[in-house]
Amino acid sequence: MNLTELQKRLLAVARRNPPGDAVPYRFERRIMARLGEAPQPAIWLAWSRALWLGAAACTLVAICAGVWAPATRDDNGTSFSEGIEQTIMASSDDLDSAW
Amino acid sequence: MAETGLMEASVIVDKSDAELIAAVLGGDMASFEPLVVKYSPRVFATARRYARRESEVEDIVQEVWSKAFHKLPGFRGEAPFEHWLMRMAVRTCYDFLREHQRKKESSFTDLTQPESDWLEGFVRAPDQVSDEADAARQLVGRLLEMLSPPARLVITLLEIEDRSVKEIAELTGWSVPLVKVRAFRARSEMRKCLRRITKEKYV
Repeated sequence: MNLTELQKRLLAVARRNPPGDAVPYRFERRIMARLGEAPQPAIWLAWSRALWLGAAACTLVAICAGVWAPATRDDNGTSFSEGIEQTIMASSDDLDSAW
Repeated sequence: MAETGLMEASVIVDKSDAELIAAVLGGDMASFEPLVVKYSPRVFATARRYARRESEVEDIVQEVWSKAFHKLPGFRGEAPFEHWLMRMAVRTCYDFLREHQRKKESSFTDLTQPESDWLEGFVRAPDQVSDEADAARQLVGRLLEMLSPPARLVITLLEIEDRSVKEIAELTGWSVPLVKVRAFRARSEMRKCLRRITKEKYV
């Protein structure tokens, strides 16, 4: 079979039979109604944006804390985190000695 | 009252595209309707080249008009509104093809009886088969559906709508060399699809 000839023939068929241009009844009304609708708030989009913003903020805080914590060692070699832990646990230590 | 309404409608229809667009941009949304009425037939005809089901065609056309409305502030008026709109229509159709890309592995056995008969008739006596037959039209549709989205778009614009390479470049946003490369590939892809359709029977 001559495929090139068949291809030409089929393309000629397509050229000779353009699709119709009929428009459904009152289609323009449908378009105008759709355009006139108030834009729906994209709740999930807003939620995902908020999550990403929150994640970015948390990452920033973590990086800042990571940089800042080693720099806050006092003269006794106690780090900031150890200091906080001692302060928090001080009350329970007092409680132990009270018993 | 009704007559007044009719008169208003005819005045709107008689306005030029530029006036209507200016009115829409000025906040008069109703002026968009005459544009929809005027150009919808062309947009429908374009969409029907790429989508078979009428519901899909309507979705495409709605999408085109929605994009046109929202991008209207970007219309500079350097080219006619119709050209700008048709560019949008072609690109929307291309997006549709890419979203609904189906790898159809049609073969001769998938053809309907009338399509097979038309092909057999073509093999026996190419001059005696009718181009007006429904089977021929269905066969073309089947063949186009087998093509990849860029191949289908370029074959439709170049071979079926008889557009120039430059026009296609403008419509699609592709460069002229890219259109030429895609046209070359599309023709070869089409021959490959034809071979696949016919191989079981004739090759």
